[in-house]
Formats: sequence, structure tokens, C-alpha cells
Amino acid sequence: MARRTSLSRAAPATLIAWLAALLVAFPLLWALVTSFKPELDAIQLPPRLRGVDWTLDNYREVLADGAYYRCALNSVLIAGGATLAALMLALPAAWAMAFAPTRRTRGLLLWMLSTKMLPPVGLLVPVYLICRDLNLLDTRAAVIAMLCVGNLPIAIWMLYAHLREVPAAIVEAARMDGARLLDEIVQVLLPLILPGIASTFLLNFTLAWNESFWSLNLTSTQAAPLTAFIAGFSAPQGLFWAKLSAASMLSIAPVLVIGWFCQRQLVQGLTFGAVK
Amino acid sequence: MSPTIGKTGAARLNSVGRLMLVPSVGALLTWMVIPLAITIWLSFQDYRLLDADQRHFAGLANYRGLFADPAFAGAILNTLLLILFVLAATIFGGILIALLVEAARIGRSLLRVLIISPFFVMPGVSALLWKNLLMQPISGLLGWLGGLIGLAPFDWFARQPLLSVSIIVAWEWLPFAALVFLTALQSFDAEQKEAAQLDGASGLSMFRYLTLPHLARSITIVIMMETIFLLSIFAEIFVTTGGGPGTATTNVAYLIYTRALLQYDVGAASAAGVVAVVIANVIAFLFARAVGRSLDS
Repeated sequence: MARRTSLSRAAPATLIAWLAALLVAFPLLWALVTSFKPELDAIQLPPRLRGVDWTLDNYREVLADGAYYRCALNSVLIAGGATLAALMLALPAAWAMAFAPTRRTRGLLLWMLSTKMLPPVGLLVPVYLICRDLNLLDTRAAVIAMLCVGNLPIAIWMLYAHLREVPAAIVEAARMDGARLLDEIVQVLLPLILPGIASTFLLNFTLAWNESFWSLNLTSTQAAPLTAFIAGFSAPQGLFWAKLSAASMLSIAPVLVIGWFCQRQLVQGLTFGAVK
Repeated sequence: MSPTIGKTGAARLNSVGRLMLVPSVGALLTWMVIPLAITIWLSFQDYRLLDADQRHFAGLANYRGLFADPAFAGAILNTLLLILFVLAATIFGGILIALLVEAARIGRSLLRVLIISPFFVMPGVSALLWKNLLMQPISGLLGWLGGLIGLAPFDWFARQPLLSVSIIVAWEWLPFAALVFLTALQSFDAEQKEAAQLDGASGLSMFRYLTLPHLARSITIVIMMETIFLLSIFAEIFVTTGGGPGTATTNVAYLIYTRALLQYDVGAASAAGVVAVVIANVIAFLFARAVGRSLDS
């Protein structure tokens, strides 16, 4: 009986919640629908959902363009490379702060966080000039380096949070068995925090995939990732909204899927574990 | 071999630990200190990329020029207005959505998927979708919807450029706020809620005296994290308005980009960069104090 009343009371809230969620996601759902329409139907108002010649042509057209593949490959290499590099740097640091803390550890963690307060734009001029002088403009290496350091604090904080949750008893038991430090790390700790490493990788990969400031300012053609590819659509070359929608869907699909799986890590990572 | 870690073991652990910290600390220091030092140095130079031979020490001329330039004051104002609008919209909307999802009984995980999605959309993509599919005055969906209730077509980016950019950015950050608040709500003590309900507390007073205080810390953190990212909004402006019309949507980040890479005025851009760093640090300092207080309590 009590359950029934609570259900009937929850019904309006459930309905409104669904409406709100659909409203939030609407621009994406609308772009998804548009991406399957022929151009003429796409700009038709009132918008039509019936009698449309649904088509995959927009996707074929985007994929037929060599620029898409080059940019997608650059996105994978840049986001993947920057994330891997950040993890390689972050893992030892997070381990040290979790298992060999000193009086300075707390301050060090806060200092690392504070580097995120430095707006990238304050570094634009020197980074641009250095890249120009080293012939690194429009190379993947330059963007990878910037994104790696930019995401490093978040990677360290996330890994640190995961390592701190490893029960001390497990580590002590390994030490009692006479495990050397390297064995302790490789055989005991790494398997335990593998899920944590995976979620750190995914969140950082997502942030790197979507990053625009450095990729727009340091690349032009050779190293341009998908963020630059999409920015190319802002030049007014006529109305091809269906094609724009298809290109958008192709650019966001991978991280959208990743994002659905790491929502919780997103909260942990971007609030530095302060909201549980 | 000693089964326990003695003093020497701890000392060895600490020295290994220090060694392990070197790469990260080194990378962050290099990244922060070297470019920042160069930015500060360049901000005192008269240095134009097209006229590099004429480069010379300029004292405070770049800063004087900057503060005399109405575009710079405008850029600071635009930066702050954008941040304030987005913070207000995402916190208010985020709490509302979090409460609704928490109260919903059917398909909560699918609700979360729908709500979180905009956060993972590339800024350029969300800006283009809003600009062309929704806000375009002639064939955008919003214009048509407005027409249904008798509103004249509204040219968003011509008439309200900064508001238009702010709406797009708010849409991108609403999911983050909603998800943080939802996470916080789920750690809410159910017994406390039931006790208040038994005492006959109304929904509104429960929200005012229980829920809102419980969310205080998450609100502080949302403000801090969003401000960090919102200070540097770039792609949304780059692909929609290019900072215009005039300088209506030029924020500090975009102003520095135009000075450095479009007008090749390295000195002026660097001075603006230094000011941007100072502003960010003042804001960060204020928030760090607020967050520190809420974390300790």
C-alpha cells in the first residue's frame, strides 16, 4: 500500500525528469535525425519526420573526404599519445604520494591542482614562438606535449585517489612475504588498481579528444585533429546541415560512448574526489 | 631479510618516492615556469612578428596600451558575464535536474546517459549545431518554434551574440553540474530525510534546510571547476562569432588570440596573457579559500 502511494507520487516527477533529460539531449538527438536526411529535407520547416528519403549519403560524403580520415587519425594519435604519456608520468608520482607520503605531500597535491588554474591562453605566445622556432608547428608532438601536461594534474589526482583506497593490509602482507618493491608494485598494486587506471585513461582521453585551444592554435593541416576539422565547417560555404550533422556525429561518437561508461569517474576526476 | 619495514626501509621508501615524483613535478614546473617567464618578459617588449627587427624593450607601454584599449575592458567584462551566466544557469538547472532524476523511478541510468551526453560533445560541434540547426534565424528550429506561438524570427548571433554563446556553453556544462549534484544527493542520509518528513516538513523547507546545505560543498566545487574551464572558453567563440560582431563576444582568451596570431602583436598579447593569469589566480585564490573551508568542515 505504502509502495503504491510512493509510486503514484513519483510518477509526475519521473515524467518531468524524462522531459527534462530529453530537452537536454535534444540538440544531439536532432542532429542525429538531421544527419540521415537529404540536404533539402534537412532545412525544411516545419521539420519533417514523415515522407523523408532517409539516407546514408551524408555519412558517405564525409567519409569520402580524405580530410576526415587524416583528422580522425590525428585525434586518435594525439589524444591517445597525450593520455598515455600523462599516465606514465602520473603513475609513479601517484604511487609515491600514496605509499611514501611526507609532510609535503598535501602541499604538493594542491600545487599540482593549482597548475590547472593557469589559463592556457597566458602561455599561448611563448608556446607558439617556441614551436615555431623548433619547427614544431603543425606537428602532433607539440599538441601531445601540451595536452599531456594539461591533463597531468587530473591523472595524478585520480590515480592517487584509487591508490589510497588499496587496503594497507594487502600491501603489508606482500611485504611480509618478502616481496621487493618492484614486485609489490607490479604484482600486487597494479592488478588492484587496473580499473582505476582504465577509468583515468578514458576520462583523460575524452578531455584530450575534445580539447580545442591548443589544437586550433598549434596545427593547420598535417596535425589537425577532428576539433580543427569541425571548425572548418564554420566558414560559410553554403548550407549543408545534413553533412555537418553527419560530420558532427562521426566526431563525437567515440567519446560519447566512452563518456557513458565513465560518468562516475568524470565526477571523481573533475572534482578531485571531493564529491562522492 | 627483515619481515617488517624498519627505519631504513621507510627512508629507502621515501627516497624512492622522491625519485618517482621527479618526472611529474619536472614536467609541470617546466610547463608552468618557462612559458610563463617568457610571457612576462615579452610583455615588456615592443615585438611585432611582421616587424621583428624593430623589437625593443618597451617598459610598461604594452600594459598602458592594454588598459587604455576599450576592447580589453570589454573582453574582461565579456569573460565575467559569460562565467556568471553559465554558473547561474548550470547551478540552478543542475540542482533542478538532479532532484528530478533522484525522484524518478523509471530508467534512471538511461536518464543519466541522456543528461551527461552534451558534456562529451566537442565544443566546436556543440557550437555549430546550436548556431545552424537551432538558432539560425531563417531555418533554425528555435525560430520555427517561436513562430508557432507568434514570435518573430530572432537573429540570435546578431542581436544577442554574447547571450547566444553563453547559452551554448551553459548547455555544455549543465551535465557536469547536474551529475555532481546527483552524486552528492545520492550520499544524502535517507534517515534524516525520513525524520524530517515524519516531522511534517514541507518539500520546500526540506530543500531549504536539508538539501541545500548538503549540496553546499558540491556547489562550491562546481563553481571552482567551471570557472577554471570557463576562463579559457575559446572554440565556441572561434566557430560561431569569431569574437564579433565588433568585439561583442571577444573574451580575454579570444582577445589574446587575435592580438598574437591575427595581428602579430606579441608584446600586447603577452601583456594581456599576464593579466589573464593574474585574474585567474585571484579568482582561484578566493575559491580555494572557500573550498578549503568547506572541505575542512
